[in-house]
Amino acid sequence: MNPLLAATATELAAKIAAREVSAVEVAQAHLDRIAEVDEKVHAFLHVDTDGALAQARRVDDGEISGPLAGVPLALKDVIVTKGVPTTAGSRILQGWVPPYDATIVERMRAAGIVVLGKTNMDEFAMGSSTEHSAFGPSRNPWDLTRTPGGSGGGSSAAVASYQAPIGIGTDTGGSIRQPAAVTGTVGAKPTYGGVSRYGLIAFSSSLDQAGPCARTVLDAALLHEVIGGHDPRDSTSIAAAVPPVVAAARQADVSGMRIGVVTQFKGDGYQPGVLARFDESVAILEKLGATVEEVSCPHFDYALPAYYLIAPSEASSNLARYDAMRYGLRVGDDGVASAEEVMAATRDAGFGAEVKRRIILGTYALSAGYYDAYYGQAQKVRTLISRDFASAFERVDVLVSPTTPTTAFTLGERVDDPMAMYLADLCTIPSNLYGGPALSLPCGLSDDGLPVGLQVMAPVQADERMYRVAAAVEAALGSDKLLEKAPPL
Amino acid sequence: MTIATPPYDDVLDRYDPVLGLETHVELGTVTKLFCGCSTVFGAEPNTQVCPVCLGLPGSLPVTNGTAIDYTVRIGLALHCRIAEWCRFARKNYFYPDMPKNYQVSQYDEPLCIDGYLDVDVDGDEFRIEIERVHLEEDTGKSMHVGGSTGRIHGATHSLVDYNRAGIPLVEIVTKPIAGTGHRAAAVAKAYVTELRDLLRGLGVSDVRMEQGSLRCDVNVSLMPKGATAYGTRSETKNVNSLRSVERAVRYEVERQGARLDGGERVVQETRHFHEDSGTTSPGRSKEEAQDYRYFPEPDLVPLAPAPDWVAQLEASLPEPPSVARRRFATEHGFSDLELTQMTNAGVVDLVRETIAAGAAPGKARGWWLGYLVGRANDAGVEAASLAITPAQIARVGALEDDGTLTNKLARQVVEAVLAGEGEPDAVIEAHGWKVAGEDELVAAVDAAIAASPDIAAKVRDGNQGALGPLVGAVMKATGGSADAKRARELLLERLAGG
Ligand SMILES: [Zn+2]
Repeated sequence: MNPLLAATATELAAKIAAREVSAVEVAQAHLDRIAEVDEKVHAFLHVDTDGALAQARRVDDGEISGPLAGVPLALKDVIVTKGVPTTAGSRILQGWVPPYDATIVERMRAAGIVVLGKTNMDEFAMGSSTEHSAFGPSRNPWDLTRTPGGSGGGSSAAVASYQAPIGIGTDTGGSIRQPAAVTGTVGAKPTYGGVSRYGLIAFSSSLDQAGPCARTVLDAALLHEVIGGHDPRDSTSIAAAVPPVVAAARQADVSGMRIGVVTQFKGDGYQPGVLARFDESVAILEKLGATVEEVSCPHFDYALPAYYLIAPSEASSNLARYDAMRYGLRVGDDGVASAEEVMAATRDAGFGAEVKRRIILGTYALSAGYYDAYYGQAQKVRTLISRDFASAFERVDVLVSPTTPTTAFTLGERVDDPMAMYLADLCTIPSNLYGGPALSLPCGLSDDGLPVGLQVMAPVQADERMYRVAAAVEAALGSDKLLEKAPPL
Repeated sequence: MTIATPPYDDVLDRYDPVLGLETHVELGTVTKLFCGCSTVFGAEPNTQVCPVCLGLPGSLPVTNGTAIDYTVRIGLALHCRIAEWCRFARKNYFYPDMPKNYQVSQYDEPLCIDGYLDVDVDGDEFRIEIERVHLEEDTGKSMHVGGSTGRIHGATHSLVDYNRAGIPLVEIVTKPIAGTGHRAAAVAKAYVTELRDLLRGLGVSDVRMEQGSLRCDVNVSLMPKGATAYGTRSETKNVNSLRSVERAVRYEVERQGARLDGGERVVQETRHFHEDSGTTSPGRSKEEAQDYRYFPEPDLVPLAPAPDWVAQLEASLPEPPSVARRRFATEHGFSDLELTQMTNAGVVDLVRETIAAGAAPGKARGWWLGYLVGRANDAGVEAASLAITPAQIARVGALEDDGTLTNKLARQVVEAVLAGEGEPDAVIEAHGWKVAGEDELVAAVDAAIAASPDIAAKVRDGNQGALGPLVGAVMKATGGSADAKRARELLLERLAGG
C-alpha cells in the first residue's frame, strides 16, 4: 500500500506544507485507492475527482495553508455540496444537485481540505448499518460480510479502509460513534450547537450534529476545530469559540481527572469481549492517574424509547418537504393526477421502509390527543436524562462506557428486526438527548477479532475533556495502530 | 311612503350576531422573516427566493429581529401583554405553495396576548378585545391555469410563485365580538379601518388591502336574541377591502338568518367571498378538520423580549389614530361632522398630507371629499389608491389660489394627473392650459365690445343681464382660459368708462 495512504492527516499536512509531496499526489493516491477497493467496501456514493484535484491544486499553488491543507476527506452524503450530487442515501433526492454549500463545507474548503466525494449512509441517517441506504449497504473493512455501522458507515468504512484519512459524519443517536466503534476508528459528536447545522439535511433538528471521523484522536480534534464555531446562519449554533480540543488532544494527560463509569451500560446484552476491553481501558485510566468511580444515571434506561418518539416526530415534519414539487424525484405526474396524488406517489416510491416507519411513528406521536402522552412525555424524559448528566458531572469530569454493546454484526442479521437494530445505539443516545459531546475511540479487539469502541462523554461545551481522555487512552493502548491488524482488502 | 325592511335588519331584529376577526398583516420589513430575501411586491415570480425560503434540504431559518420589533409594537399599540418567553411552532400540512410543507407560526405561545382596540361607529365607541397577536411566515402563491374560474377545480395545471413565501405575517385575532346588534357590519368595518390606520401610524406595514398586505378572515355566527350560547360560525377567508368586510358580514347575517329561520343548521366551514357579487360560497368543511400536529420549532431558539427593551418600544409608540385625528381636527378647525365625513371616507391622512404640502385646510378637504372620493368610488378603489398624491393636489390648489388655474382648469389638470400624464406643471405646460393674462383679456374685451355694439349699448343703459353674450365671446376668444369673473369685471369697467 502506498505509504501516503497509511499516513495520518497530521503527517500528510506536514509533508504537503514542507513540499515533500504535493496535495495533488496525495489526492490522486486516495482516488486510486478508491478505484481499487471501493467496489468491495462501497463507502462512496459519488466520487468528485475533478473537484478534489482542483482543490488540491489550489493548495499546491499556495492559495490555502493550514493544519489540514491538502488532506483528503470523505464527506457523508447528508451534507449539501454546491454542484455535487447530494442524496442523503435516499432515492427521493436522486439527481438533486444543491445550489449551495453547507457552512462546514465552506469552512473545510477554506482550510484547504480536499473533499474526495460523498459517502454512503442509511437513508436520511435512519439506521445503524447502512443497510437502509437506497443505494445498497457499505461493508466493514474488517470483515466484508459485516456492516460498518450506521448511519455514517460510509465515512467510517472509508477511513478504516485507507480511502481517506479523515471523514465527516453526523450523529443523531450515535451515527458517528457507533460506526467508529465497529470499524476501529475515532469518531466524535461535538456539543450540540458547536458545529453549524446549516447545510446538514435534517433528520431530527434538536439532536443532529456533524462531527469528525479519523484514525487518530489528534486528527479528529484538528478537523473538529476547522468545522466548529459559531455560525449566524444556524440559530441553534453556540456563540462561543470552539473548545480547545487540539490542545487537549496533544496534552493527552488524565492525571487528577475524575472518571465516571456508567452503571447502566453493562450486563445482559453486552458482548463479554466488549466488556473485557472496556474494563481494561478503565484500569489503564486509573493507572494513568485518574480516579474512577461508578456513577448511576437511572433515566438512561428510558433514553431509547424517548429518542424513538422525539427523533421520528421531528423527522415526520423535516421530511415533509420531499414532495416532488421543487426538486428530487417525481413519480406519477401524468398530466391528469392532482398535486396531492403526485406527492403521495412520489413519497411512496421515494422513501424506504425504515423512513416510512419513522414518519408514521412521528406523525402518530404528534397527533392531537396523543401529543402529551408521547412527544410531551418524551421531552420530560429528555429533561430527566439531562439532569442525570448534570448531577454526574458534579462528581466526575467525564463519563465512560462501551460505545456499543456488540462488535460489528453481519449484513442482514438485524435488518428485519428494528428493535435489535435500535439497540446498537443504546449507549450513544443519551448524549444526543442531553446535547453534550461524546467520542468513540478503539480500545482493542473483542474475542471475535473485531474492534471495540470506548465512549467518553463530557459536559456541554467541555469537548476538550473527551479529547484529553481519549488521547491518553490511545497513547497507552497504541490504539491508533489497531487498524494495522485488519486483514488486507 | 313605506320602505321594505332590508333582510339584514330583519334578521338582526330576531338574532344577535357574534363576530370574530382574524387579520393578517404583511410586515413592511426589508427582508423576509427567516432569510435575507427582498419582500418587495410585484417582482418576477420566483426571483426573490433562496435556499431558506424555498425550504431546500439542509437550510435553516434565522429570525429577522425587525419583525419581532414590529410585532411587539403592534401588540403594545393594541394594549397587549408581551410574552416574556415564547416559541415558534411548526404547523404541519401539505400544500404545494408551502416549501417545507409546514409553516413556521406560533401556536400556544403567542408573542402578544390580551389587548383591545376602541373603535368609533357614528359617535359611539365599541371596545374590541384582542385575544392574541402572533408572528408567522407567509406561504407562496398558487396560480391555477387552464380553468375558467382561476380556482383549482377545472384547472389543467398550477404554477407556484414563492416570492411571498417567508414574508413576515402578523396575525391579529379578536375575542368574540358580541353586542353590536344591527351595527355588526359597521363595527367590523370600523375595526379593520381603525386597525389599518393604527398599523400605518406605527410604520410597520404598507397595509394595502388590494395587494394583500392586509387580509381579513371574517367569522360570523348568530344566536337567538337574548341567548348566551354562541351559534355555529362560518369563517369567510381573504376578505380584501374595507367595503368587502362590511358586505361579507351583511351577507353572512342574511344567509345564516335564512337558514335558521328555515329550521336548518349553520355548518361550521370556511367560505370564500366573491367581490363581484358580494356573496360567499362554501370552501373546506371544518368538520373534517386537519390535525396540524403543532410542535415547538426545533430550528429556532425561544424568543425572550427583554422587559426594558419592551418598555423602550412602548415609550416610543406614536399617538393612536383616534387621538391624532382629534388633534388634527382641532388644529385645522374642522367640525365634528367634517371629521366624521373624512374618517368614513378614509381620507383623513390624505387631507392631512395635503395640508402639510401647503394647501389650505378647506381646500384640501374640498378636493378629497368633494371630488376625489367620488372618482375613487367610480373606479372601485380606495381614495389612497388613486394615481395622485397629496403633494400634487396641494400644487393644483396653489395654482388655483394664485389665479394660474380656474376651478374648471384645475379639475382638468387633476384628471390629467390621474390619467398618468405627469406632474401638474408638466400637464399645464403640455396642454398650454393657463388663465389668460390681463393684456390678452383686455384685448379680447375690447374686441367683444367692438364686435357687438348693440349689446354694449344695452349694458351701458343699465341692462347688466345682457352681458352674457359678451362674456361668452371673451371666453371663446381666449380659448376658455380666461377667468370668467375677471372678464365680467373688465367688461363692466370698459363699458362704464365709455
Ligand atoms: Zn429567501
